[in-house]
Amino acid sequence: MNSAKVLVAGVGNRFRGDDGAGQAVISELRNWALPAAVELIELSGEGAALMEAWRGYETVILIDAVRSGAEVGTLHRLEAGSQCLPKNFVLFSSHAFGVASAIELARTLGELPAHVIVYGIEGQSFAPGQTLSAAVAAATSMVARRILGDLDVEPAATGRKRSPA
Amino acid sequence: MSANTTRTIKVGVLARVEGEGSLRLKIKDDRVLEAKLAIFEPPRFFEAFLRGRAYSEAPDITARICGICPVAYQMSACHAIEDAFGVQVVGPLRDLRRLLYCGEWIESHALHVYMLHAPDFLGYEDAIRMAQDHPEAVKRGLRLKKVGNAIMTLLGGREIHPINVRVGGFYKVPARRELGALIDDVKWALDAALETVRFAATLPFPDFERDYDFVALQHPSEYPLNEGQLGSSNGFGEGKSQISIGEYEQHFTEEHLAHSNALHSVINSRGAYFVGPMARYALNYDVLPPVAQQAASEAGLGRVCRNPFQSIVVRAVELVFACHEALRIMESYETPERPFIEVQPRASSGYGCTEAPRGILYHRYRFDDHGVILDAKIVPPTAQNQKTIERDLFELASRHLDLPKDELQWRCEQAIRNYDPCISCATHFLDLRLEKA
Repeated sequence: MNSAKVLVAGVGNRFRGDDGAGQAVISELRNWALPAAVELIELSGEGAALMEAWRGYETVILIDAVRSGAEVGTLHRLEAGSQCLPKNFVLFSSHAFGVASAIELARTLGELPAHVIVYGIEGQSFAPGQTLSAAVAAATSMVARRILGDLDVEPAATGRKRSPA
Repeated sequence: MSANTTRTIKVGVLARVEGEGSLRLKIKDDRVLEAKLAIFEPPRFFEAFLRGRAYSEAPDITARICGICPVAYQMSACHAIEDAFGVQVVGPLRDLRRLLYCGEWIESHALHVYMLHAPDFLGYEDAIRMAQDHPEAVKRGLRLKKVGNAIMTLLGGREIHPINVRVGGFYKVPARRELGALIDDVKWALDAALETVRFAATLPFPDFERDYDFVALQHPSEYPLNEGQLGSSNGFGEGKSQISIGEYEQHFTEEHLAHSNALHSVINSRGAYFVGPMARYALNYDVLPPVAQQAASEAGLGRVCRNPFQSIVVRAVELVFACHEALRIMESYETPERPFIEVQPRASSGYGCTEAPRGILYHRYRFDDHGVILDAKIVPPTAQNQKTIERDLFELASRHLDLPKDELQWRCEQAIRNYDPCISCATHFLDLRLEKA
């Protein structure tokens, strides 16, 4: 059973500009010594795969790029386990059945983990390419630190496994 | 509806299709003036950035074109490259390729049938609302999809963007017991696929048929995935019912139209044609396994289905085929001695065409004597169906001009989803505008 475990999922596509934000956060987290109960995963954002990935976890932390009209690099944090995602909170996805749908479908089917934290990073460009906008890149570091806080990992105490590139 | 008016119906974002784009219908008086499927996103530059890359990189680069059908891209690329270098992959390696492809079909078809298409017929806005009333059906769809995922993960190395496929075969092949571990899941999936056919057959379908020009691979003894000649229900002229893959560009042309970033494909001197499950089914019914034929017949399908709304039943029948074929391969599998066959690059051109879940995917490459790609051409299935989708919309709207705008719009959106369009491949994104000024 994974019930005590935490899944941290970076969602998106590294080849679609700022859509790579979620996966960039995961890359950053890989530089830290995390508790053994924490699982890091990168996903495309295809909804059914997401529902499968978090099955059995009590806590899931999702990081995805967002288009909500806010300033680029803006960080959104939502507790989706207890509340529906707001309508204007569009998690960027080119998939027909994406992240937001997966959360709501799992809620309907009673398959949503008890605690779901969604970090949305406001993106700017989703054109093909591997570069994050500067403001998005800055936000990914901030999200990584927030997640370390969520996981009760003290960056200063545990130290890095290695310096991030 | 008053006379002498021009109406333009617009719809914002078209839901439940892969990618991004739009459709616009222009109606004057009681006549549809135009039905245009527009794709906004910039065209993909994959063909351009393949130039100068090594042949061995093409399967992984092109797999990135689509997150839903990466296997199709890998398979068409491998076959084209092997064609160029004069290599044929046979035996267990060929079987494993078919098995990998079955995984993708199962995953893609289960997603479309249950999550994207069924809500249309049951009157739900999306699968989330459908799940409130039909939780078992939605769960069945998700579990079926998971079985497809499991096959892809085992053979492809991971769930999305498989990394284990290479020219000549695989980097690593599974042991017999690794496949064996999935057999019970696939047996369940076969039963679930049969249940899916029964489920799809009960849906209410609009009365809509057209005389399509079906185009699909044809193989003498197997329902096509990787291999075959290209067949057309209307033939290729001069009494030819089939052509080789290498003749594709002599018979099909891509046109660039102002309203769309994706190229429109036509079959020369005839125009629109139809690729995908209904085309495969019509041209390959005889080589479907009996279990799939029987399921089709019990669902009330004839040997040919011309109602695109019923494509959901045909897709379900193909799910039966894919599960049956996967099981057959898994049960008879013997681990090959080597995971791949060596290939020797040479200055040459090669052609590959395989059946993506949505229809034929054509690749052509030209190489120098070191195997460096000089140029590439990729024609995805959705680009090939674009013109047919527009024709369907034109016909459908013409027949239903009396419907209230909302219903007409809904009907048109459904007509697009009949094709499970993967705009991500054709380029990206769809948003539907039905204009009634």
